[in-house]
Amino acid sequence: MSRRRPEPVQVVKQRRDAALQALVQGVPYVQFLGITFDRRGDELTAVLPFHERLIGNPMLPAIHGGVTAALLEVTAVIGLAWSVLWDEIEAGAIDPEQLIAGRLPRLPKTIDFTVDYLRSGLPRDAYARAQVNRSGRRYASVHVEAWQDNRARAFAQATGHFLMPTPRG
Amino acid sequence: MDKVKMARQFIEAIPHARELGMEFTDIGDGAAAMRMPYDPRLVGDPETGVLHGGAVYALLDTTCGAAVIAHPSNPGGTATIGLRVDYMRAATAGQALRTHAQCYHLTRNVAFVRATAMDDDSENPVAVANGTFTVEGLK
Repeated sequence: MSRRRPEPVQVVKQRRDAALQALVQGVPYVQFLGITFDRRGDELTAVLPFHERLIGNPMLPAIHGGVTAALLEVTAVIGLAWSVLWDEIEAGAIDPEQLIAGRLPRLPKTIDFTVDYLRSGLPRDAYARAQVNRSGRRYASVHVEAWQDNRARAFAQATGHFLMPTPRG
Repeated sequence: MDKVKMARQFIEAIPHARELGMEFTDIGDGAAAMRMPYDPRLVGDPETGVLHGGAVYALLDTTCGAAVIAHPSNPGGTATIGLRVDYMRAATAGQALRTHAQCYHLTRNVAFVRATAMDDDSENPVAVANGTFTVEGLK
C-alpha cells in the first residue's frame, strides 16, 4: 500500500491564500476599513493599519469604539466562515478554484455581538484573532480579542452569536 | 455654549463619524438621535447590498455616547465600557439608518444607555443596543 505523494507546498499555500483573499475581498466594508488577514496554517490574524479616518476621539487621540467593534466583528465573521471553509476545502467538498472565480459561500449572520472595551485604542495598527468556541449546524459562538503593541494586553474583546448560512441548493 | 451644542460639535469633530456621514437629527436631555446615509462602501453582503453589522454597531455606539454627553447630570465626556447589539433583521439596501439612544440611568461612575436602529420601516427595528459608559467626573 503506497501513500499518495503530497502536493508541493507552494501549490497548497497558493490555493489556500487565494481562497482566503477571495473570501475577504468579497466584503466591501472590510475593504473600507482596510483590514487584511494574515494566515499561518488555519490560524488567521486580522490586521487593521492605523488611519486618521478611524479616529473617534481627536483629543486623546483614540480609535473610534465603532471601528474597534467592526474589527472584532469582521474578525469573528471571517474567522468563523474560514474555519468552516477550511474543513470543507480539506475534505474536498469545496473546490477552491470556484471560490477564487467568485462563487463565494454565504457568510454567517450576526445574531448578537457584545464588546468589552478594556483600554482605549491607540493611534497605531491593531490586530485581532477569533476563537470559534462552538460551531453547530445552525448556530455558532465566537470569542475574539484585539490588541496593539502587546499581545497579552488586549484593548478590546467580544463575544458574539451567529446564524450559520444554509448551504446553497 | 450650551451642552447640546457642545455635544453636537464634539461628535461632528470625530473623523470616523464624519467618514461614515453620521449626523444628528435630535439631541438633548440624555437622549440623542442620529442618521447615517446608505453607502455601498459599508456593505457586508455584496449579493444583497445589506450593510455590515460593524457599521450599524458604529452608529449605535456613537449615538449612545452622545446621549451620555447630553445627560444633564454628566459633567464631562464619556467612553464605552461595554455595548451589546442584537441584530434583529438585515437593514434594507439603499435606505438610510436612523438611531435613537436614551441614557436612562446615571450614577457617579456609570451611565446606562439603550438604543434602537431603524431603516424606513420604523415599526420593525433593525437592531437594538444596551450599553454601559463611563462618567468622567470633574477632577
